[in-house]
Amino acid sequence: MILSVRDLKVSFRTHDGPVRAIDGVSFDLEESEILGVVGESGSGKTVSLLAVMGLITDPNATIEGSIRYKGRELVGLPPRELRRLRGNEIAMIFQDPMTALTPVYTIGWQIAEQIRAHRGVSKPKAMERVEQLLAEVNFPNPHEAMSRYPHQLSGGMRQRAVIAMALSCDPALLVADEPTTALDVTVQAGILDLVRKLRAKHKSAVVFITHDMGVVSELADRVMVMYAGRVVERGTRTELFSDPRHPYTRALLGSIPPLTGEKPRRLPAIPGSPPSLLRLPEGCAFGPRCPVRYEPCEARKPGLGASAHAAACFRVAQA
Amino acid sequence: MFYAILRRFGQMLFVMFGISVIVFLIFFATPGADPAARIAGRNASPEVLAAVRHSFGFDQPLYVQYTRMMEKIFVTGDLTSFVNRGWKVVPAVMDSIPVTLSLVFGAAVLWVVVSIIIGIVAAATRDSWLDKLLMALGLLGISMPVYWLGEVMNLMTQSRYHDSWAFSWVPPLGYKNFSDDPKGWFLTLVIPWITLAILYIGIYGRVLRAAIIESMQEDYIRTARAKGLSETRILFRHALRTSLIAFVTLFGLDFGALVGGSALLTEVVFGLHGIGKLTYDALQNLDLPMIMATVMYASMFVVIANAVVDFVYILLDPRLRAS
Ligand SMILES: Nc1ncnc2c1ncn2[C@@H]1O[C@H](COP(=O)(O)OP(=O)(O)OP(=O)(O)O)[C@@H](O)[C@H]1O
Ligand code: SF4
Ligand SMILES: [Mg+2]
Repeated sequence: MILSVRDLKVSFRTHDGPVRAIDGVSFDLEESEILGVVGESGSGKTVSLLAVMGLITDPNATIEGSIRYKGRELVGLPPRELRRLRGNEIAMIFQDPMTALTPVYTIGWQIAEQIRAHRGVSKPKAMERVEQLLAEVNFPNPHEAMSRYPHQLSGGMRQRAVIAMALSCDPALLVADEPTTALDVTVQAGILDLVRKLRAKHKSAVVFITHDMGVVSELADRVMVMYAGRVVERGTRTELFSDPRHPYTRALLGSIPPLTGEKPRRLPAIPGSPPSLLRLPEGCAFGPRCPVRYEPCEARKPGLGASAHAAACFRVAQA
Repeated sequence: MFYAILRRFGQMLFVMFGISVIVFLIFFATPGADPAARIAGRNASPEVLAAVRHSFGFDQPLYVQYTRMMEKIFVTGDLTSFVNRGWKVVPAVMDSIPVTLSLVFGAAVLWVVVSIIIGIVAAATRDSWLDKLLMALGLLGISMPVYWLGEVMNLMTQSRYHDSWAFSWVPPLGYKNFSDDPKGWFLTLVIPWITLAILYIGIYGRVLRAAIIESMQEDYIRTARAKGLSETRILFRHALRTSLIAFVTLFGLDFGALVGGSALLTEVVFGLHGIGKLTYDALQNLDLPMIMATVMYASMFVVIANAVVDFVYILLDPRLRAS
């Protein structure tokens, strides 16, 4: 087991009162496994993984629970120690490649910077490695690409550069936060291919955050569905797609876009909208949008249970 | 690159040409006023008037007059002031240039260094008491009128506390040539430098702090953190580096204006006969040749400062480089 998150809670103090963005999230990740994390906007996908990276810098945030990486507790680890892991053993790819790179340095420089932050290698040695990495992520002309500035590259190429950077220190865990959402459909397919190939080669475990159930069905080994800061269903890809249990998951699957042709950028509409974290309903957070809601749903919050394929829903527990 | 510089140089010449034409037209082609009478100053005798009219070619078309004027400033350099009889304008400007440059350069070094330190410290300790103190001091610096501040400085260092150990090294007011007396040059300028720099330290420190804090919110800072870089490195190599662009813009404008004569008040309080003082006196006396010459000089520096800023921009921001 490479990552084990238990009862993670993240709250923010805001002007309108305290907000619990993550409310008791638990999951495990095996070595070289791809975990797909899905859910509508605001469901807490990014925040929960930022917490794993130790990247929640907001002074108004509180983080509780346990995050163990290779058995080592990360919550409360001194910043120096965390920094040694970040970029080295745990790497992250962000959603928007247009803004993820510092505009005033070449991509070669930026990748080498990360290598040199963790490995005591000379600059020329680091640059050699950069060239290798860029070749690996399919830059047609890696040597020339090293001296390019971010603005001189297309979105897809920038995302490849970001991926090369994330892989530069052979991380055991790679977190990809919607790496294809900002890109063209044609470019998306290439990036997904790349992630799959690299996982095979580097044996990294991957947490892949996405809005797109289609992507999950192509890529993930296991899936975790999030709603309003909680995990509402988890299971293997097959379990989830052939036997979806939570009404929310079913709604998501009912709205899977076709695998061919134009894919919508966002999850297609499920009637209603996610609740505000400031005014969560009593009982099940999905209640107001749930077609099969009944009395118990309004009294208590459904728990997830301990089984491998589990759904946080009273109807499921009953069945 | 070479071509770009050449083109930029051409633009500079063009802008300066435009400025000179406009200034010329304002003072020499305004209907209803006899430029000869204005050049000759108040109460000039008919002989002097005739001499002026002839030497400036006022009996000839405007473009000839303009060419004569430019020739007198840039080629022969024998433009004379008619207010201070026989005073050559061009050497007077040349004499005051080193005074103003010494004052403004020294102050600029001081304010750039100090405000960068203040901006970084304040941004790094954001919302702490140190940050608040620095920003309050900056605001104080901005709100003190430079003339008043200069007088207070003089009062303290020249009279009231001059005999105390703290200020006994301060020489009397006035300018000393660097080539004659480097130490004297430095000592006489220390207090003027500080006085002039304080305002700008306040402004630049605040601007830089805001710019750094703004870039710390950018996505690429999160990437830098995800790479496992130290906070210091993130601050200096990523946030500060991208914040300098706003800083440089401001600097170019202020520096150009100061060298062009806006350091007037500081020059007056400290008895430094620089460009600002010269322009001010010329305006007081309506000394047209002198005004013409100082305006040309000032526009030259503003234009040069702008060109330098553009060049530094290109160094700082690769996005502006033509691909
Ligand atoms: N610094 C913060 N202060 C207050 N609230 C925050 C902060 N960061 C995130 N949140 C809240 O936490 C919730 C979860 O946000 P998160 O970014 O994790 O959603 P997401 O699932 O990644 O959505 P998306 O698909 O749009 O990226 C949101 O409601 C958001 O408003
Ligand atoms: S617990 Fe009730 S409201 Fe919530 S999803 Fe299940 S049935 Fe719907
Ligand atoms: Mg997100």
